[in-house]
Amino acid sequence: MTTTPEIKKTRTESMLINVGPSHPAMHGIVRIIAELDGEKIVSSDVEIGYLHRAFEKSAEQGGYLQVIPYTDRLNYVSPLINNVGYCLAIEKLFGLEITERAKYIRVIMSEISRVTDHLTCIGASAMELGAFTVFLYMIKAREFLYELIEDVTGARLTISYTRVGGVKADLPQGFGDKCRNAIEETRKILKEVDELLTRNRIFVDRMKDVGIISRENALAYGITGPFLRSTGVDYDVRRATPYLVYDRFDFEIPVGEHGDNYDRYLCRMEEMEQSMRIVEQALHGMPEGPVLLDTEGNVIPAGEMADQGKRGLIEGLTGQTAAVDPTLEGAHKQNYAGIETDNKRIALPPKEDTYTNIEGLMNHFKMMMMGHGIRPPKGEVYFPVEGANGELGFYVVSDGTDKPYRVRVRPPCFVIMAALPLMINGSMFADIVPTFGSINMIGGEMDR
Amino acid sequence: MLKLHEKLKERWPENVVELHDFRGDETAVIKPEALLRLANFIKRDSQFDMNVLMDLTAVDGLALKWNPRFEVVYHFFSTAKNHRLRLKVRVEEETPTVSSLTEIWPVANWFEREVWDMFGIRFEGHPDLKRILMYEEFSGHPLRKDYPYNKRQPLIGPKN
Amino acid sequence: MKGNEGTGFFTSTINDMIGWARKYSIFQYPFVTACCGMEYMATACSHYDVDRFGAGLPRFSPRQSDVLFVVGTISHKLAPVLKQIYDQMTDPKWVVAFGVCTCTGGFYDNYATVMGIDTLIPVDVYIPGCPPRPENVLDGLIKLQEKIQKQKQEY
Repeated sequence: MTTTPEIKKTRTESMLINVGPSHPAMHGIVRIIAELDGEKIVSSDVEIGYLHRAFEKSAEQGGYLQVIPYTDRLNYVSPLINNVGYCLAIEKLFGLEITERAKYIRVIMSEISRVTDHLTCIGASAMELGAFTVFLYMIKAREFLYELIEDVTGARLTISYTRVGGVKADLPQGFGDKCRNAIEETRKILKEVDELLTRNRIFVDRMKDVGIISRENALAYGITGPFLRSTGVDYDVRRATPYLVYDRFDFEIPVGEHGDNYDRYLCRMEEMEQSMRIVEQALHGMPEGPVLLDTEGNVIPAGEMADQGKRGLIEGLTGQTAAVDPTLEGAHKQNYAGIETDNKRIALPPKEDTYTNIEGLMNHFKMMMMGHGIRPPKGEVYFPVEGANGELGFYVVSDGTDKPYRVRVRPPCFVIMAALPLMINGSMFADIVPTFGSINMIGGEMDR
Repeated sequence: MLKLHEKLKERWPENVVELHDFRGDETAVIKPEALLRLANFIKRDSQFDMNVLMDLTAVDGLALKWNPRFEVVYHFFSTAKNHRLRLKVRVEEETPTVSSLTEIWPVANWFEREVWDMFGIRFEGHPDLKRILMYEEFSGHPLRKDYPYNKRQPLIGPKN
Repeated sequence: MKGNEGTGFFTSTINDMIGWARKYSIFQYPFVTACCGMEYMATACSHYDVDRFGAGLPRFSPRQSDVLFVVGTISHKLAPVLKQIYDQMTDPKWVVAFGVCTCTGGFYDNYATVMGIDTLIPVDVYIPGCPPRPENVLDGLIKLQEKIQKQKQEY
């Protein structure tokens, strides 16, 4: 006679786990409060706001040009796209068209920034799944691009490169070759990473069918960018409302099917390739800037010319050409016509004019000092740009004075984080890590 | 051929107060009571077909002496028709309240929490209106024009 | 002669040896918040390797680490979390303020930012810059190593 053992009735209750603000996923600070039943997530809640740095209030304090360094720090992995978006919004307020060469330069720098963003995202998310080598390879590729950005703008990360009406300085000599070299190196690294990850059993198992979001939910939450494209909707701001010169280039937009993490990874890898294609086409089709500085007589540094002029030694200066400091290279007067608009109320004068003649000095003064500055007409505009995470929009309200009245950034990853509970509820706790990695949440953009 | 905001005025003439088209951005100012009805309309109507709420924010008009003081701004987008529309609603200063759009577009949940946090505008019908960007014990609404920019906050620990 | 606070030859050699061992085996806790995190990643990876200084293994638990790298802006919402993590670390511990937002607040002189983390926790090395170049970070790390070597070791 067998007796069946009694199974003691145990009382179960769900456990609340806090994936705290400071956690090893190097993406930024977010707090996810997950209610677990065993290993499955029953419900979750997301808390953000740990990096709120008051961008919108800071923008109201100074002039229009003083907001540009604050915009760098919004999406800090692709800072040029923020700069370009803000300046395009102000130019729309003025109703201003910028020069062709400036448009091409902005496109090239935006696409390079987009590549650095996707490199960082895929590298960091692969590292969290255990593939540390991929992270090292991606950061190595990113270093090539940072050197390129440093040659043009002077800084690696917080560049403040664009100005209202154009860009700050022209591309240096030999940029085309350096750029093509960097792109070739990046392509080699991407090929290696592709071989390491795309058909890797462990990677595919952890990323496929995890973090699924349906097309209707994605649209209901206002999600755009590679996230939306991985669910099957073909929406890209560069195609829908082309800005700058994107309508002249031939590039494809990768669209996924399932809306899971693996599709997002594939979308991002393919987008990097398309961005590099755009850069090559832009380098090929860019209108020529001045190649040789035509100088008559001797070239003396502009500061020295100004000093001598102040002391009254004017006879020696006739026939001399002023040259700016090498640190302002690319901002010579000859380059200026190609990269900045010639509207005196909007663009700063070239430095040679500022230092050597009185009209340039007054022009500079009128643009820079508090109480003066660029004055757009009264009104409001909204300008959407394709950021690396989706549609980055700038809504600017101007009241006719030199300070912006209200600057609003529409953050692409804010809405994705609002939809995060939809993606992780019902799946295992360990699935939070790849899902969160594929979101590419940037704290500076989300919390502003 | 009427533009989008003009079509809205033609369909709801008593609810649309103002129209403008500055730099090509079609904008309509509507009455606060009509917000839910109009929002439902632009989502369902086949000519508008606004399936995406892109942005929801507010502007404080204290320095420009606006009356009513606040303006809540909505940006809509349609993926099928590829057109945009901006709607604005004016709210007064004493207990500013607007109806919530969370039922129609779920993303309005977080956007409205942010407007409550930064401006102090309440949303009727919102499931859980609490602060999102500032910490919970914070007092005041930072983006209002009368909140000073470098106000120091009490901290835990030594003096700031 | 006046030496190391009256310690003799033997104890000062032990002090030096322990300092040498501690400075070349730094387990960092990277408390990364903002843009400086990108330069932190660049310093930790192959181009400007930080592993050759012995500091290449980040431990993501405060109980297992000895240097707290505070990287990026600290807001008032995050300040209690930082204090709690500092309290959880075991002695000996050092703190590096990476980036000007942690040193003095940077240009975020507003209602939401803590003006320098030394209002919350004691800091050993300040690395200014917005963001600091990786060479600056390595310089700061070397200064930290010198400080660790010279200080009186508790054991």
